[in-house]
Amino acid sequence: MGGMYKEQNFNFSENMDFETVIGLEVHLQLNTATKIFCGCRNVFGVEANTCVCPVCLGLPGSLPVLNRDVLFSGIKVGLALNCSINTFVKFDRKNYYYPDLPKGYQISQYDFPIAKAGFLPVMTGGQEKRIGITRAHLEEDAGKLIHDDAINATLVDYNRTGTPLVEIVSEPDMRSADEAYDYLTTLKLALQYLNVSDCDMEKGSLRCDANVSIRSRGETKLGTKTELKNMNSFSAVKRAIDFEVARQTRLVIAGESIVQQTLLWNEEKGITIPMRSKEQAHDYRYFPEPDLVPFTLTEAEIDKVRCGLPELPYARLHRLIEKLGVSEYDGTIIVQDKTFADFFESALALGVDVKKLCNWMNGPLMKELNDRKCRLGDLKLTPGMLVELINKVEDGTVSNLAGKEILAEVVATGRKIEDIIKEKGLTQVSDEALIGKIVDEIILKNPQVVEQVRSGKANAAGFLVGQAMKQMQGKANPKIINEFIQRRITNV
Amino acid sequence: MDLFNLTANQLLTMISSGQISAADVLSSVRVRQQAVGQKTNAFIRTYDETGNGAAFPVPIGIKDNICVKGREVTCASKILKGFRPPYDAAVVEKIKASGGIVLGSLNMDEFAFGSSTESSSYGIVRNPWDLGCVPGGSSGGSAAAVAAGEAVWAIGSDTGGSIRQPASFCGVVGLKPTYGRVSRYGLIAFGSSLDQIGPITKDTTDCARLLGILAGFDHRDSTSVDLPVPDYTKSLDRHVRGLRVGIPKEYFIDGIQPSVLAAVQAAIDFYKKEGALICEISLPHTEYAVATYYIVATAEASSNLARFDGVEYGLRAVPSRPRKAGIVDMYEETRAKGFGNEAKRRIMLGTYVLSAGYYDAYYLRAQKARTLIKNDLDKAFLDCDVILSPTAPTTAFRIGEKTNDPLSMYLSDIFTIPANLAGIPAISLPCGFDEKNLPIGLQLMAAPFAEERLLAAAFAYEQAHGWHVQRAKL
Repeated sequence: MGGMYKEQNFNFSENMDFETVIGLEVHLQLNTATKIFCGCRNVFGVEANTCVCPVCLGLPGSLPVLNRDVLFSGIKVGLALNCSINTFVKFDRKNYYYPDLPKGYQISQYDFPIAKAGFLPVMTGGQEKRIGITRAHLEEDAGKLIHDDAINATLVDYNRTGTPLVEIVSEPDMRSADEAYDYLTTLKLALQYLNVSDCDMEKGSLRCDANVSIRSRGETKLGTKTELKNMNSFSAVKRAIDFEVARQTRLVIAGESIVQQTLLWNEEKGITIPMRSKEQAHDYRYFPEPDLVPFTLTEAEIDKVRCGLPELPYARLHRLIEKLGVSEYDGTIIVQDKTFADFFESALALGVDVKKLCNWMNGPLMKELNDRKCRLGDLKLTPGMLVELINKVEDGTVSNLAGKEILAEVVATGRKIEDIIKEKGLTQVSDEALIGKIVDEIILKNPQVVEQVRSGKANAAGFLVGQAMKQMQGKANPKIINEFIQRRITNV
Repeated sequence: MDLFNLTANQLLTMISSGQISAADVLSSVRVRQQAVGQKTNAFIRTYDETGNGAAFPVPIGIKDNICVKGREVTCASKILKGFRPPYDAAVVEKIKASGGIVLGSLNMDEFAFGSSTESSSYGIVRNPWDLGCVPGGSSGGSAAAVAAGEAVWAIGSDTGGSIRQPASFCGVVGLKPTYGRVSRYGLIAFGSSLDQIGPITKDTTDCARLLGILAGFDHRDSTSVDLPVPDYTKSLDRHVRGLRVGIPKEYFIDGIQPSVLAAVQAAIDFYKKEGALICEISLPHTEYAVATYYIVATAEASSNLARFDGVEYGLRAVPSRPRKAGIVDMYEETRAKGFGNEAKRRIMLGTYVLSAGYYDAYYLRAQKARTLIKNDLDKAFLDCDVILSPTAPTTAFRIGEKTNDPLSMYLSDIFTIPANLAGIPAISLPCGFDEKNLPIGLQLMAAPFAEERLLAAAFAYEQAHGWHVQRAKL
C-alpha cells in the first residue's frame, strides 16, 4: 500500500546516528472450508488443478459470489487487532497481468478495507509496545507457478487461486528487526488463537513483506523505503531487515541516495537482490468490482462476531498472572500455544499445585514436545494423566526422576500411569527398615565423609544420599534416605 | 405455409390443434437457415440438437457471448477460438429446461463492441430487409436470424442498446430487462454493471413468453435480484387508457431521420387517441449519457478482457523473435493477433480512464454523471409510467458507412444507453418503415422491474398496427 507511506530523501549529513523504521505487510490464508468466491474446497497439498471450477479458473462468463465465512474471519482478525470495522463491504479489482492470475485482475479491497486503524500490543525488549495496524483487507490468492526443468516449461496450479486472504498492513512503527520479529510472533499467536489460519510460513499460509527505511535519530519524516519480499520464515524476515538496514546505512554514509524499489531476499546468499524495474512499474487501475454488489453490515452482525471471539493471548497472560497466580515467566511460555494453555488450565482445574504444574509443563513436557517435534494435540496425554503423575511424585509414590521416565512413556504410548509404574517397578521404596539398613552400611564404609558431614560440610551428605540411592537402584525415596543419614550421623 | 415466419405463440396453437408437429417447425426453421444463412451470415455455427421431448421445443439461437456447455463460444473474436466452456450459462440452463432447442451461435460485433455487427471476425451480418445494410449491433446476428426466420426466438445481450438497436433495424421486438432480472452467469462480460441478457422475438407475445423463461434469481450472480417472476403473458393488454406516457424533450433532437420522427410522432398520437396521458418530461443529463457510457463500459471492458491472455484457453500466439521477457511477448503477440481494431480501441480507452492520474477526471466523474442520469429517470417515473422515444436516430445504415467514423457509430446508441446506465427495462418494437422500406423502431422505457407495464404498452400499440407481421423478403 505504497500510497499510505509518505517518504522523502533528506539530508543525513549532520547526524550519523540512524534510526530504523519498519512496517510489515502480512498475507494470511484463511482456513475457511471453501474458497472466497466459489464453492471449491480450500485445501493445501492436493493434486494440481483438482480443486478448481469455472469461477476460480476465471473462465469467461463466470461470476464471483462472496463466501460469508471469509467476511466473518476478516472481521474476527480486525476485532482482534483492535481495529474499527467498515460496515460498508465493498470489493475492487486490482488489474495486472501474471500467468497465475487467471482473470487478469485480483479481487481485493481498496478504499474500504474490512478493518482499519487498530493496534497490537507487543512485548518487545522487556516492555510492551503498541504497533499500529493501518488496515486489514480481504482478497483472493493467485495460483502457483511451477517451473518444470524437465520439459523446460512453466506450469500453473490453480488450486490456490481464490484461496481467501487477509492482508494485514502495520504502521511503520517498528524500530528494529527484533521488534519486527516480536510483532510477527505476537501477531501469529493472536491469529492462531482466532483459529482463522494455520499460519504456516512453510506452506505459504502466512507470508510477510517488509518496508524498511532509515533516518537520522530525532527526524520525524520517513526516509525512502525499500520493500523486501521472499522471506520464508520470521528469522529470515529478521535477517533480511538487518541486511537491508546495513545496506541503506552504508549508502547514506557514502553520500548516496536510497532508491525506492522492491528487493528479493536470497536465503542462501543472505542478501537482498533488486527486482527488475519493469516488474515494479505497476499501475493497478483499481476500480469497484461490478460483479459484487456492495452492502452494509449491521452492528448486530459485528457484535455477534465480537461475542464469539476467543480470549486472546495477551488477555490470557494477564488473567493467568492475576487470577491464577502464574508467574509472568511461566505464563509467557504457557500462552505461546493455545492448545498448550488450554491443557494447562484444564489440568489446573483438576487440582494440582500451580507452580508444580508450570514446572512440569514448561520443563519435562515441553522437552518431550521439542524432542519429538510435535504439538500437544498430537499426543495421547490428557490433563488428567499429567495431574495424576504430578500428584504421584508429590506424595512420594514415585521419584521425580521416575516421574520423568513415566511422562516419556505416557507421551509415547498413551498407556495408563499405574501400568507403567507396575511394569517398570518404579514404585519408590519408603520401607524404613530396608533404607535404615543400607544407610548404616554406607556410613560404615565412608567414615571420612561422615566426618565431613559432622563438621558442617553440607555437600558431603549429598554424596552419602547418592551412594544409598545407587545401592537401591534409584528406587528409594531420597527424602527418607536424607532423614536417616542426618539422624544416624547426629546420633552416633 | 412457411412455418419459419410464424411466432412461437402461433406455432404452439397449431401444434396443440394437431395441424403441425414440433418436428415440422424445427425442420422448417433449419431448411430456412440453410437457404438464407449465407445471405445474412446470422449464425456463426449451428448444431443438430433434437430436444428433450418437450411438447414444443422452440428453436432458439444464442448470441455467441453466452456459454453453452461443450460448444465453442468466441464472442465473434479470434482470441477465443476453440474455447468450449464446461458449463451452461444460467439462461441456457433455463432454455434447455423449458424444452427449447439451441440451434446454434449467433454472430455479433466482436465482444459486443459495436452497433453494426461489422466488427465480427466471422464476417459481417447483413440486414434481411436490405442485404446492403447493417442489421445493427451488437446482437445483429440475433435480430437478423429472427427477422429472416432462421430462428423462432433469439437471445441477445444489451450493454448500451445491443438488443434494442438491432431489433429496431431488423423490424423485430427486443427487450432489455431490468439490471438483475436475468442472471448474467455464463454471459461473457463486456460492461458488467450494464450487461443484461434479453429476448429477441417477432412480437411482444413471444417476447413476454421468452422473458418469463429467462428471468429469475440466480445465487451465482450477486447482481441478480431475488424477486418473483410474474407470468408476463398475462400482462398483455390492449388498453392504454390512463397510461402516462412521458416524452423526453432531450431525445427529440436535430439529426433524427425525418421518417423515424414521423413514425414515432404517429405512435404518440396513437397512445393519445387511445386515452393515454401524454406528458412532456425532461431528462436534463441526457447529453452526458454517451460520454458517460463510453467511460464506464470501456473501463469495465478493459478489465473484463484482461483474461484473454493466451495462458489458459483460446488463441496463444508465439512470437517468432523474442523481444522482451517470454511471457510478455506471448501476451502482446496473442492480444495483438487475437483482438480486432474496435476491441483494441476500447481496451485502450478503458485502460486510460482507469489509469493513475486520470481516474478522478474520467471514471469517477462518469460514475457521478451516471448517478445524475439515473436520478433523472427515477424522477421522471414519478410522473409517467413509460418513456417513449425512437430506439435509434435512424433506420439501418449502409454496410461500411460508419466503419471509419467510430464517433458517429457510437451516436447510434444515443437513445438506448440511458436505460443501461440506469439499469431500467426498455423495449424496442416495430413502428413502421421508412422511404426505403427499412424498419423503424419505437423504444419504451419503464421503472425497474416494470417489464409488465412495458410489455402491455407495447402490445397495445403492436396489435393496433400490425407492423410485426411484415416479413423481410429474402
